[in-house]
Amino acid sequence: MKYLDEYRDAKIARGLAAEIRRRSTRPWVLMEICGGQTHTLMRYGIDELLGNSVELVHGPGCPVCVTPLEMIDRANALARRPEVTLVSYGDMLRVPGSETDLFHIKAEGGDVRIVYSPTDAVELARKAPERQVVFFAVGFETTAPAHAMAVLQAERLGLTNFSLLVSHVLVPPAIRMLLQSPRNRVQGFIAPGHVCTVVGVGDYEELCREFHVPIVVGGFEPVDLLDAIRMLVCQLEEGRAEVENSYARSVQYAGNRAAQDAVERVFEVTDRKWRGLGEIGASGLRLKAKYAAFDAERLFGLAGVRAEEPSECISAEVLLGHRKPTDCPAFGTRCTPERPLGAPMVSTEGACAAYHQYRRHLVTL
Amino acid sequence: MCLAIPGKVAEIQDNEGVRTGRVLFGGIARQACLDFVPEVRVGDYVMVHVGFAISVVDKEQAESTYALLESMGVLGEELGLGTEGTKSS
Repeated sequence: MKYLDEYRDAKIARGLAAEIRRRSTRPWVLMEICGGQTHTLMRYGIDELLGNSVELVHGPGCPVCVTPLEMIDRANALARRPEVTLVSYGDMLRVPGSETDLFHIKAEGGDVRIVYSPTDAVELARKAPERQVVFFAVGFETTAPAHAMAVLQAERLGLTNFSLLVSHVLVPPAIRMLLQSPRNRVQGFIAPGHVCTVVGVGDYEELCREFHVPIVVGGFEPVDLLDAIRMLVCQLEEGRAEVENSYARSVQYAGNRAAQDAVERVFEVTDRKWRGLGEIGASGLRLKAKYAAFDAERLFGLAGVRAEEPSECISAEVLLGHRKPTDCPAFGTRCTPERPLGAPMVSTEGACAAYHQYRRHLVTL
Repeated sequence: MCLAIPGKVAEIQDNEGVRTGRVLFGGIARQACLDFVPEVRVGDYVMVHVGFAISVVDKEQAESTYALLESMGVLGEELGLGTEGTKSS
């Protein structure tokens, strides 16, 4: 367990933090795009460790958080239908729709199941041919191959009672939207390690060239994240803008070709609405026409279910890095993880929820 | 949600046309689809996300990540061992 000590060694973390502080001549503004990374940064107090040498802002990297309200309402509507078994990852059950959440619908007798893998949902459909099994397919590029494979398995098994409610989003279009904003403050990005494990780093090189912004692919441990921040600060101080990989143990340049192939067979790029950010062009995935028989929105006629988000929420400002969660007048009072007004308070991976959990509103940073 | 857990491939079977591995995460065994990592062999370490291996990693690095996730208390959640309303990864 030699490396274990290295990853958890506070001395290494402190050494990296000291180097970041030493190299940094101004408070560079850096953004991570993965909710798991946001969580690690808050949990280990990495923002505090770095003092004023960098300002960490937290991007729209939590798929649970950015799933639009109306998609939650569509899942809720499905879960209330007597013939439907609505299957989801555990994260989605407490996400509030306009009126209620899946957890409450389940408590009221709705057939809502939690699974670990989408293949478990295929198995449920196979065992219960009299039920319509709908899997709530939420996620980024990391999760899309698994959902594609579930459709391919269902097709191979000849299932006619399995479908997906697809709410898939893609990371690079959100970064592009953010960089195009005239109010953008972000000077460097930590790219999400497991998204890049699947898709590779090519899209990030394009962003890097187009906007002359440094991007470092980062992992999820505290030392990984400090290392990615160190690499970004070095690039910024030296005036470089390159894509570098601090998470090479999992990420290869071209990503995972077999996983990409599965996604390309089943899904195609489409415009998607993001909770808090609104619609972003070509920022998501939908089922190809060939797989329309597996599209729950089409099968159950859900397109009419629409919802507006609460106007008090400043989540768009938070997700774009313009403001901090604690700048919101509703933070911790009218908006809490139990009763969230908007996207970043919805899941523990969201920036507002992470600040709330680690009580950042009660300390002076 | 995009977390992936490293585990050791203990066994590989053909499960109705799907290459499936029994993957050990410390003391916990789980089935994982190996179709995205055709090069993987018994004894290798893989990163597993929602039941699918998405990359092959070296042993020491896998063990370090695993131990870290365990110490963070998120391992059970990632392996779907949580109960209703399991919090996010």
